[in-house]
Amino acid sequence: MSDPFGQIGQFFLNLLTGLGVEAGLASFLLKVAGAAALATGCLFSTFFLIWAERKLLARLQDRLGPNRTGPFGMLQTIADFAKLVTKELIFPSGVDRPVFLLAPLLVVMSVVGIWAVVPFAPRFIASDVNVGVLYVVSVGSIGTLGIMLAGWSSNNKYALLGAFRTVAQLVSYEVPMVLVMLVPVMLSGSMGMVAIVEQQRSMWFVVLAPIAFILFYITSLAENGRAPFDLMEAESEIATGYNVEYSGLMFGMFFVAEFLHAFTIGALATTLFLGGWLGPGVDRYPLLGLVYFLGKSAVIWWSIIWVRMSLPRIRIDQMLALNWKFLTPLALGVVVVTAVADKVGPAGTLGRTAVQLVGNGVVLAFTLLALRAYAARLRNRPTLATPPAASTSLGAPAQ
Amino acid sequence: MLEQWVFIGLLLPIGLLLPAVAIVLNWILGPKKPNPLKGSTYECGIETVGETWIQFRAQYYIFALVFVIFDVEAVFLFPWAVAYDNLPLYMVLEGILFILILAAGLVYAWRKGALEWV
Repeated sequence: MSDPFGQIGQFFLNLLTGLGVEAGLASFLLKVAGAAALATGCLFSTFFLIWAERKLLARLQDRLGPNRTGPFGMLQTIADFAKLVTKELIFPSGVDRPVFLLAPLLVVMSVVGIWAVVPFAPRFIASDVNVGVLYVVSVGSIGTLGIMLAGWSSNNKYALLGAFRTVAQLVSYEVPMVLVMLVPVMLSGSMGMVAIVEQQRSMWFVVLAPIAFILFYITSLAENGRAPFDLMEAESEIATGYNVEYSGLMFGMFFVAEFLHAFTIGALATTLFLGGWLGPGVDRYPLLGLVYFLGKSAVIWWSIIWVRMSLPRIRIDQMLALNWKFLTPLALGVVVVTAVADKVGPAGTLGRTAVQLVGNGVVLAFTLLALRAYAARLRNRPTLATPPAASTSLGAPAQ
Repeated sequence: MLEQWVFIGLLLPIGLLLPAVAIVLNWILGPKKPNPLKGSTYECGIETVGETWIQFRAQYYIFALVFVIFDVEAVFLFPWAVAYDNLPLYMVLEGILFILILAAGLVYAWRKGALEWV
C-alpha cells in the first residue's frame, strides 16, 4: 500500500502490454484514458458541487434548498441537466455564430485544463510539468477570453457591457494574483506543483506568507466572478451580462465552469499555500493524502460560498481602485519583503518562519497606516452640499 | 519532460470536446422551432437600437494596457523566483530593483490618472 496510485497505473500498463499492445503505444493509450477520465471526472463532479453549493446557500439563508429530487435533493442537478438538455438552442439573428458556439467550450476547457497540474496525493498528479504555476495562470486566462468572446459575439448591449467589465476585472485582478504566486515559487525554488507541495513539509507557506495567501484568496474570488466581484454578470444591472443570449446547455456550460472554478480555487490555494496533500501519516498511507487534499480544498471552497453569501456587490470604480491602488502595491510589497527576509534571515525552519512573520508584520503595519490615512482623507472630503474641489478615488458611480 | 506535455495536449482537446458533445446532445434532443421573434435580441422588450459592435469607452482599454505592461514584467520575475535560492544577495537586490521599477510605473500611471474611473 505504499504507492497505490503508481500501482494502479502499472496494473493498466501491464494489462495493455499483456494484450499484445506495444509498450510506447500502451503508455500513450493510458494517457488518453487518463485525460478522458480526468475531464469527465471534473465535469461530473459539478453535479455534486452545484447541489452542495445550493444546499449551503440555502442553509446560510435559513431555507431548505433542493429537497424533493432524491435523498436530500441530491438528484436536483441531474434533473436540471435533463431540463437544460431538452431546451431549444436559440441562436439570435445577430450573433456571430462560430464565436458564439466556441465561447462556452473555451470557458469549460480552461477550468478543466487547470486540473492537469493539480497534485491530488503523492504520485497522483496528471502531469507534473516544471512550469506548473505559469501553466495555471495561462490556462486560467483562456476562460477570460471565452467570456469576452461570449459577450462580444452575442450582439447584445448587456452582453457587451458584461464583456467589457470582464476585461476590466479579470484582467486587472490577474496582476496581483500572478505577483503573489511568485511568493510560493520563491519559497520553494520551483514552479512545479509537486515540488511546491514537498517544500511545505517543514512549514506550510500560509504560515510563512499569510498576507500573500489572503491576497491570493481575494484575487481568486475576483477571477471566479462571484459576489462581491460579480459585476460582469450583475443580474440587477445588466441582466447577467455576457451569457444573456445563451440558452440550453450552452448556457449551462458557463455555470459548470463557474462552479467547478470555485472548487479549483480551493485546490490551487491548498497546493500553493496549505501544504497540498501533506498531513500526519501521509507517507505511510498515500490514500490519506487524497483525503487531506480534498478536505483542505473543501474548506476553502466553503469559505468562498460563505463570502459570496455575505458580501454585497461592489461598484466598478471601487473594484478597480481596490485592485490597482491597494492589492497591486501590496502584492509588490509582499514580494519584495519576502525576497529580502528569506535572503538575509537565518536558515532552518524556525528562524525562517520568524523572519518571514516579522516581515509580514511590517507589511501589515504599513498597510494599516496607509488605510488609516485614506480613511482620514475620506472623512475630510467635501460633502455634497459644497461642490467637490478635488476628486477623491470615490468618484461618481459611472458605467 | 515532453512526456508530461503529451497529457496536457490530450486533456485540452478533450476538455473542449466534452462540452461540445453535451451541446450536440442538446441540439439533437431539443426542439428546433426558430422564429423571428425568438431570434430577436433580448434587451428590454423593445427593438434594439443602433449598432452593438462599436468603439466603447477608452477607459477599459487603458486598464487593459496597464495590465499588459504588468503581466509581461511579472512573467520576467518568474525565472528570478525559481532561481532565487541559488542567487547571491546582490542578484536578489537586482530583482527587487526591477520590482521597484514596476512600482514606479504603477505610481506614474496613478499620478497620470490612468487608474481613475471617470
